Amino acid sequence: MRTAFLIARKDLRQRLRDKSALLYGVVAPLGLAFVFSFIFNPIQQATFHAEYVIVDEDGGPIAEAFREALESIEGEGIATARALDSVSVAEEQVEASSDVFAADAEDSADAAFLIPENLSESVLSGRGGEITVLGAAGSPLAAEVAYSIAQGFSAELGAIELAVRTAMPRDEQADPESLGMLAEAAARTGSPVSLEDVSASTRQLDATTYMAAGMSVFFLFFTVSFGVSGLLEEKRIGTMHRLLAAPIPQHSIIAGKALTSFCLGIVSMTVLVIATTALLGAEWGHPLGVAALVVAVVFSAMGILAVVAATAKTQDQAGNFQAIISIALAFLGGTFFSVSHAGGLMARLSLLTPHAWFLRGLGDLQGGRVADVLPSVGALLAFGLVTGAAAWVFLDRAVSR
Amino acid sequence: MRESGKGLVLDCRGLRKSFGQLVAVDGVGFQIAEGETYGLLGPNGAGKTTSISMICGLLARDAGEVIVDGKPLTSRSVDAKRSVGYVPQDIAIYPDLTARENLTFFGRLYGIGGSELKARVDEILGIIGLADRANDRSEEFSGGMKRRLNIGIGLLHAPRLLVLDEPTVGVDPQSRNAILESVASLSTEGMAVLYTTHYMEEAERLCDRIGIIDHGRLVAEGTRRELVELVGKHDRIRMRASGAIEDAAAAVHGLDGVRKAAASADGIDVIADRAADSLAEILGIITASGVAVASVDVDEPDLESVFLHLTGRALRD
Repeated sequence: MRTAFLIARKDLRQRLRDKSALLYGVVAPLGLAFVFSFIFNPIQQATFHAEYVIVDEDGGPIAEAFREALESIEGEGIATARALDSVSVAEEQVEASSDVFAADAEDSADAAFLIPENLSESVLSGRGGEITVLGAAGSPLAAEVAYSIAQGFSAELGAIELAVRTAMPRDEQADPESLGMLAEAAARTGSPVSLEDVSASTRQLDATTYMAAGMSVFFLFFTVSFGVSGLLEEKRIGTMHRLLAAPIPQHSIIAGKALTSFCLGIVSMTVLVIATTALLGAEWGHPLGVAALVVAVVFSAMGILAVVAATAKTQDQAGNFQAIISIALAFLGGTFFSVSHAGGLMARLSLLTPHAWFLRGLGDLQGGRVADVLPSVGALLAFGLVTGAAAWVFLDRAVSR
Repeated sequence: MRESGKGLVLDCRGLRKSFGQLVAVDGVGFQIAEGETYGLLGPNGAGKTTSISMICGLLARDAGEVIVDGKPLTSRSVDAKRSVGYVPQDIAIYPDLTARENLTFFGRLYGIGGSELKARVDEILGIIGLADRANDRSEEFSGGMKRRLNIGIGLLHAPRLLVLDEPTVGVDPQSRNAILESVASLSTEGMAVLYTTHYMEEAERLCDRIGIIDHGRLVAEGTRRELVELVGKHDRIRMRASGAIEDAAAAVHGLDGVRKAAASADGIDVIADRAADSLAEILGIITASGVAVASVDVDEPDLESVFLHLTGRALRD
């Protein structure tokens, strides 16, 4: 082990002198993370907000219930709704501009809810009714949201109606007063099933952190290659013969190179985690979980790149192969853009890359529980173990080749 | 074969190595005693580098054994390698490290440390004439300086056996002379030296004993005198010539009084019983073959004559 440390110390001194490791390990990823964050952050931080109008020609309890539903959405800051007496809508105007249903030229909105006259009476008497949603051509998303709001309200009414019908004795004459009380009670009960969104809000990295993590793991594969490819460099400059002639175990040469890779990878990732946190505001998560993921992803990168170094004939060939593999894995693993959202085959293929597991682990860490990173850490360590074992066998032969 | 009264430092026997169908080394064996310089002389591709690669443990051998300072040495040995200093043919130093850092790194690999290492590094820097450039990166050195550092690394741990693989290839005459003087001084200090070369003059100047290797086989070994005696009291006729020298050499080879005749790089070499008796006839045959002779030298036999006598080929073929 002493020999491996000696070799690693010599290699690290060389890497510091030629500055290539510094460039690939810190400067390039930090610079690119900064650039990407600068580009994508404004896009991500742009918030959704819609302006709606209600034209209430009914004035009954159903219309009132709908306005209350809209008020609750207003409370969440998603939309603003205001009542108007009327809107004039021409079909050709709907497609022509975004303020087609405005009462006047100064008053525009993204969508309008038209509650027709006698809607409440029609609904309460069991005949049903319609709320019309008018969307502006220039605000398709806001119109879609408006449609969903109306649809949700309709579904809720349907549920209340079903509850009332179920509670009413069969063949009994409907007493309006009893019906009203039953409907009120059903409305207060609420839905028996509630949904909780955990993925979007708690298991996703923000754009800055995603870019910082993506760039870090992308360049990690180049940084780590300086260590394992060192064997081929020793051959190229002839010093491998000196190492083989020296009174040291052959495997200590490989161990020294692995140690160099590990040190370069850990230092590079640590600097990037700290720098992107301090300079870009990246939120990597709990330090313990991040540390586990960093160690594991460095280990997996070492294994993969060592296989390449062991099977290449020259340092140039290894460099080319490593670059191709690093870029391909980075794209597939979602370093530049998330492929997991694509679903299907792409999402499954991405799990063949350490990059995807690393980013997934960081995403899981956003939930706040350090233990959540264990599946990703396990997958990364498995990558490293399998490829590292294969590389060790190949390298042992390659050293004396 | 070795000098009596001195301890044996290297004993290698029956070394054999094949690369696919090619037998690079076939049964090579020799011994070197302490204070002795042994030259392995042969043309390029004769098997010199493969032989010393096996001796130094760089290459696993197919057969044979190597004993260094009483310890068996294989490619996986650790202890026995401490006794060997290796100077590869190509310059093998870290260009982005200084001369001192190069020496210190390899010194540590050989288990030297602390003040002993520092003293030894300073001593070697003095021996190789780089004391004033100790802290300069070796990539800034001239070719000769790099060669000297290359040799210095092999000497650093004061090995019992120093193996130099053609250390003067591509070196200017001044540096070459300095290297040869350094090597000559090493054997006087008790170090056993194995020196491979395809330069006859170097082998004659440095080596106490010489092994002649060709096509992977050791065809003869001994002191210079012993080897020359193999040729007998013959004369060597060297002709600088141009034209169909191969055909001319073959025609001369059949003459009475001619032992060997072979084309060399710049003409024809002939071993004859008495040059004075056969020179006129030899020149007649050669010129009749359409070969133009520019000059003729008649010498006492030397190692080149020995190689020609033993292999039928000139050393620099």
